[in-house]
Amino acid sequence: MIIAVASGKGGTGKTTVAVALSMASSEPVLYADCDVEEPNGSIFLRPEVTETEKVLVEVPRIDEGKCTSCGKCARFCQFNALVSLGSPPLVFPELCHSCGGCEIVCPTGAVSWKKVPIGEISLGTSDGGRISVLEGRLDVGSSLAPPVIRQVKSHIADGVLTIIDCPPGTSCPVIESLGGADYVLLVTEPTPFGLHDLKLAVETVRELGMPFSVVINRFDEGDSGVEDYCGDEKIHIIVRIPHKRFMAEVYSRGGNLFDAIPEMREIFSEIPRIIEKGVEVK
Amino acid sequence: MKIAVASSGKTLDALVDGRFGRASGFIVYDLENDTFTVADNLQNLNAAQGAGIQAAQNVAETGAGAVIAPSFGPKAFSVLKAAGVKAFISSVVTVQDAIEEYKSGKLTESVAANVEGHW
Repeated sequence: MIIAVASGKGGTGKTTVAVALSMASSEPVLYADCDVEEPNGSIFLRPEVTETEKVLVEVPRIDEGKCTSCGKCARFCQFNALVSLGSPPLVFPELCHSCGGCEIVCPTGAVSWKKVPIGEISLGTSDGGRISVLEGRLDVGSSLAPPVIRQVKSHIADGVLTIIDCPPGTSCPVIESLGGADYVLLVTEPTPFGLHDLKLAVETVRELGMPFSVVINRFDEGDSGVEDYCGDEKIHIIVRIPHKRFMAEVYSRGGNLFDAIPEMREIFSEIPRIIEKGVEVK
Repeated sequence: MKIAVASSGKTLDALVDGRFGRASGFIVYDLENDTFTVADNLQNLNAAQGAGIQAAQNVAETGAGAVIAPSFGPKAFSVLKAAGVKAFISSVVTVQDAIEEYKSGKLTESVAANVEGHW
């Protein structure tokens, strides 16, 4: 079963929840950090990294001998990665989405491709080998998260309980991370901002037709907006995590949820079973 | 020669737009006969990415030999350079003032971007 942990709003506790789910299980687990712009699960899981690989994408290379400076490629490019000024085009590889359109529209075959690195995947183990830790990391200065996320997900095998730590928001990187998951946990906090972004996240997973429930972090703080909304929308709240100042102190030292609130371990160990009962797993 | 000024409006008393790539438009001023036209930049105001690049291309296509804005990012600057459009940085308030500054030679040509991308 693949459980994706997403949120809408950043900083609500996705990694806390994803790491806790991985640690609470007694079975083999794959933790996959798809928050490739700021992967931080490994800070808490401290894996021994056994393998790394580069993530490469293809960007256009212009053969200036063949280019007639017609500008068709630049007019075609929706990502502004090519600019034509009546000369062979300038290429901005960091904006390229590798769609291949420039090669198709070029009448003289002046476009070929070269591979450039945009990130790295690492694979390791934690908790004496029980937890496999997969992490994608986008290079500083690169802006294309989805290809890195795709490569992370290419390592996910069937049959192992897999926890996907998603990026925040509801844009392409999140959609890419959610793909193929059996269930989504939406982590939020009881604040107006938390509620606003929870609504966007709910809209997203409903559009994708994915089963989901909500985790409320710091549930005993803030206001009742999230509870009221979930009640009105008939959204199941699967777990409520209390707010403890001590939790922040433990977290800042790289400790996990159970170091701060040991009694949460049993609750988290039950979550995959609760989900499995209610969901038809692919 | 024509000079372009990043503008938040369509008249000479409009405010200079704070951003080059996502400026509302450009006032393209003809120094020879003191007339001007307005070049729209709306498509870049809403572009997901590469606004500076496209804005620079738009400015180049107006035939302007120079452009004035309070700031230029690295990609915009490299396109302007490739197109042979000189970039001038000015922090005055109105488009008219920016043109006067240029005419009186108070502006010096910028040799590099003065802000980071996505500033």
